[in-house]
Amino acid sequence: MTAMSEAMKKPETGIKLTKRQLRARRARSIAIAVSLGVLVVLFYIVTLVKGPGVLVRPL
Amino acid sequence: MSVTLSRAEPSIAEVGDYVALMKPRVMSLVVFTAFVGLVIAPGHLHPVIGLTALLCIAVGAGAAGALNMWYDADIDARMARTAARPIPAGRVAPGEALAFGLTLAGFSVVVLGLLVNLIAAALLAFTIAFYVLVYTMWLKRTTPQNIVIGGAAGALPPIIGWAATTGSVAIEPVVLFLIIFFWTPPHFWALSLYRAEDYARAGVPMLPVVAGEAETRRQILLYTLLLAPLGVAPWLLGYAGPLYGIVAVTTGAAIIALALRVRAERRGYAASKQMFAFSILYLFLLFAMLLVDRLSGGLFGHFAV
Repeated sequence: MTAMSEAMKKPETGIKLTKRQLRARRARSIAIAVSLGVLVVLFYIVTLVKGPGVLVRPL
Repeated sequence: MSVTLSRAEPSIAEVGDYVALMKPRVMSLVVFTAFVGLVIAPGHLHPVIGLTALLCIAVGAGAAGALNMWYDADIDARMARTAARPIPAGRVAPGEALAFGLTLAGFSVVVLGLLVNLIAAALLAFTIAFYVLVYTMWLKRTTPQNIVIGGAAGALPPIIGWAATTGSVAIEPVVLFLIIFFWTPPHFWALSLYRAEDYARAGVPMLPVVAGEAETRRQILLYTLLLAPLGVAPWLLGYAGPLYGIVAVTTGAAIIALALRVRAERRGYAASKQMFAFSILYLFLLFAMLLVDRLSGGLFGHFAV
């Protein structure tokens, strides 16, 4: 219990992101989320368009 | 050790840097020519499937651009025209660009195969592989024929567009392929004439660096003499109307006249710069006229649900 509380008091030793790095990471995360969202919507719409034959892919 | 630590630093890459990795200007030409191939093809394609195909082709082109920038970062850093690109400027790490390019390549090909058809997906995969493996990694640094053979990658999008609509390949998109294929050398050699020092500094064996200006000017004229008749071919073969024919003949005559001026140029690069600028307009006009030709025949009839 004592060891745990001591460990909790220790300052963080990992990499601290600068404001610029944080801002860039947030923007990249949003862009990835939007891209994945577009992909999901695309598959949904194409499924509606193709109907039951969605997996029929002519060569 | 310090290099290792700096590489491990968190990324500062903005979304705009990743967009720049995809070479948006090249991508726009790829999408445009693919769109023309898709629209002039016979048969019906649902607009959503058509847009999906264009999206995949755009992303595939972006993937090829990112992988090219990853591999060519050393060359880009030595050339004034490319020194500000995301990797040489230090905003994107090479590994980030490689991962980005591979991810986009994989997604674009798989989604095109799943949602459109396998022939188009196979052609897109071949195009990306050809651009990265054959042009970027092999030809660009070894031969002055780099952009001649490598130009095949940039010429394939109309065939991919056609394949997206029909699920096959025919002579019509192959003629469009040949137009872009024979357009590429005079276009890039005109640029390389007045950028020769840049290419020489970077160690890229472009034709003016290896064979000299006179030979480059001669080759520009020869390729333009092949290009102009090919530009008229869609009209002669009967899948473009007289309006296209008029534009192809007049712009073809204009680009030959410009190539003759480039050939005769002894001082400065005014004609070469005009050739470079006009070649872009020339290709755009040809493909735009094909589009107008088809649209006047009824876009809605083509895109029947």
